[in-house]
Amino acid sequence: MYNFLVGGAAGQGIETIVAIIEKLLKRSGSFVFTSRDFMSRVRGGHNFSVIRFGENKILSHANKLNGIIALNEETIKLHINDLQPDGFIICDSKIEIDEPRIIKLDLDVMAKEIGNPRVSGTIATGAALKLFGKEIEEAEKVLKEVLDEKYIDINLVAIQKGYNCVEKKYKTTSGKFKDWMLITGSEALALGAISAGLRFYSAYPMSPSTSIMIYLAKKGEEAGIVVEQAEDEIAAINMALGASYAGAVAMTGTSGGGFSLMVEALGLSGIAEIPVVIVDVQRPGPATGLPTRTEQSDLKFVISASQGEFPRMVIALRNHEDSFYQTARAFNIAERYQIPVILLSDQYLGDASSTVEPYNLEKIKSVNPIKKSTTEGDYLRYKITDDGISPRLIPGKSKNLVAADSDEHDEQGHITESSEVRIKMVDKRMRKLKKLKAELQEPEFIGAESFKTLLLGWGSTYGAITEAVEILNKKQGNKYAALVFGDIYPLPIKDLLTKVKIADRVINIEQNATGQLAGLIREQTGIVCDLNILKYDGRQITAEEIVEKLENGVKK
Amino acid sequence: MSEQNFKIFNTAWCPGCGNFSLLSSLKLALEELGKKPEEVLMVAGIGQAAKTPQYISANSFCGLHGRALPAAAAAKIANEKLTVIVSTGDGDSYGEGGNHFIHNIRRNTNITHFVHDNQIYGLTKGQASPTSDQGIVTNVQVTGNINKPLNPLLIAIAAGAGFVARGFVGNKEQLVSILKEAIEYDGYAIVDIFQPCVSFNKVNTFSYYKNHVYELEADYDSSNKLKAIEKVMEEKDKIPIGILYKEKLKTFHEKNSVLKDSIPLIDKKTKATTINKFILEFI
Repeated sequence: MYNFLVGGAAGQGIETIVAIIEKLLKRSGSFVFTSRDFMSRVRGGHNFSVIRFGENKILSHANKLNGIIALNEETIKLHINDLQPDGFIICDSKIEIDEPRIIKLDLDVMAKEIGNPRVSGTIATGAALKLFGKEIEEAEKVLKEVLDEKYIDINLVAIQKGYNCVEKKYKTTSGKFKDWMLITGSEALALGAISAGLRFYSAYPMSPSTSIMIYLAKKGEEAGIVVEQAEDEIAAINMALGASYAGAVAMTGTSGGGFSLMVEALGLSGIAEIPVVIVDVQRPGPATGLPTRTEQSDLKFVISASQGEFPRMVIALRNHEDSFYQTARAFNIAERYQIPVILLSDQYLGDASSTVEPYNLEKIKSVNPIKKSTTEGDYLRYKITDDGISPRLIPGKSKNLVAADSDEHDEQGHITESSEVRIKMVDKRMRKLKKLKAELQEPEFIGAESFKTLLLGWGSTYGAITEAVEILNKKQGNKYAALVFGDIYPLPIKDLLTKVKIADRVINIEQNATGQLAGLIREQTGIVCDLNILKYDGRQITAEEIVEKLENGVKK
Repeated sequence: MSEQNFKIFNTAWCPGCGNFSLLSSLKLALEELGKKPEEVLMVAGIGQAAKTPQYISANSFCGLHGRALPAAAAAKIANEKLTVIVSTGDGDSYGEGGNHFIHNIRRNTNITHFVHDNQIYGLTKGQASPTSDQGIVTNVQVTGNINKPLNPLLIAIAAGAGFVARGFVGNKEQLVSILKEAIEYDGYAIVDIFQPCVSFNKVNTFSYYKNHVYELEADYDSSNKLKAIEKVMEEKDKIPIGILYKEKLKTFHEKNSVLKDSIPLIDKKTKATTINKFILEFI
């Protein structure tokens, strides 16, 4: 397994270089996992991506590097300490840092000779791939997928020129992942939504959620999906609710700041019982926070957002499988229970790309809100039922009239202030939770049954926690296990209770400052975690960091 | 004329409220256009006027304060076969929902927006609305409203609305004909309708409106935008009522590449072969 960083200023084309590299690596059979680290600016600053690849599955990023492509001097200064003793750095020969691991190439001069100074990064790409022992015979095909036609020839020359500059350094055996997908978390989520029958997506651009809208907009016409950029997030969710009420499977997406604006309408979905899927791609807050970085600090917010009480479900996405399959499941749950379902992703997962087994449409169900009306005449939109789920019809599809109301209402949907009806309606809505709880998915159990230490986590830390457990069990002899939550609200507690009972200590790992999952667990079960590993600098935790903390003792 | 298809319900409005006349005008307009209740979707936010969907036999979406327009526009996007009518107040439309007002003009979905404009907040018992006159004394504007009123129809024309009209509940015959033409208009149509609040607005009363409005001249040319702007700026003593501006514009459905085939969005489906093609693009 190798780990490889491409860094430079915003505007130097890092994204394009990374896209070329990832695709070439994956086509060679490698498993690829790329994390992306951006600054909130369009030009300058320091941006980098870390590409990890190898012949086995990779679940997260790592800090220790085998290679660096440095498109500027800052990249070397910032990352050289992470470079392994036998690693390499490729940079332009004008850079004045001298170190045995630095391979200086006349990137800029060669680029000019080829005819475009902007292809220097592509030359470095060719060189780096050669150092990793890779071939570049797929280069032309990949360049065609990534670049505009007019740039293909010149970049093909550049990548070959770079390739010929150096000799092979590492031996790379290829994996069996040539025919798997390479996809980001946000693209996977969007694809999951399309597969579930999405018809309408409204959103206001906000990092790091915008990539969902961008993918859906690109595919909208072909898929028959309307993607509408709303004037603000309040409009975005109210549009999603209007569309859903009228029978279009609907979703909106944002980050924490936009979710804050959506809160009142979240309650509208609850009381009017209109299905909707809301994506919160988390970033560090409060307010504007760190706009392009990652955090898991919206959990307690989204589970309690909005005034009043109503059933909702929150699913945390753990990886690129969840991003597809759980998104599709979210639509089904929203539709069946007529509730809002919130998907929690974050910048790390949303922007990271991973190799993943091609998604299987047979494993998911698509949603169709339009059902035949059977009760012509005496239709009650909010009929009191045993499971709390009332018959939902789509307006205009039968003679029955369909009401939606943000006021408390009677079975027909008319405003009421009756104490008796109010109690019946609250009870009816909350009854849906009973059925929902029965179909919750328990957290994934990772590690050894013989564990002494139980780690807890949720969402995108899944990869780092899983790797950490593997490393620790190898080193210390099967003393570790973890439960990583996907379904997180309502909180599934069955496995939690049995595993905590037999653990010597329970350690909670989260990307926030207050231990929100630990708080939720304590509230729901009385279980108090012994220790917390909390990270809130906007950068995703790695397995190495978890192992280091556990070996050196976690501060209480 | 009858209103019987769209039935009368018990209302919670004050006796003498201008909303009664507006509601019955709306029912008449729908009857005369031959609409069936199940084809009509009434949308509102919050306020006294926003109770209108509760009192009419049709599909209804009574959403959040200020947020009627985004829900209505999206419902129309979802199913263009619905006749979507937003019927709600001045506070809902121009205050809390001001941003949506501007941007739904740009969006130009084929929906109709009836603003029950009584120049006061009724549901919260008498505070200034965006259209309240300067100087009006309320329980909050205790020394008189110091802010200038908004001119919603001037904004509508400036923002590019294709159907802009004003009505008055005291001129029911004209009002019904305006409502009908607005519903029939292919695109976003706004009708600002003066309707006195008998409980909280002691300035803009029924007789005030009666004395201040006049019907647009028979030879008025509603296709002349500059003339329309002049007309909607006549606010002081004589306020014109009628269709001030009308222009055919491309609707959201005509502009949107997914919707222009006239198949309602809710009846569309993404083929499995298409999704599998998308999956293959990542390999």
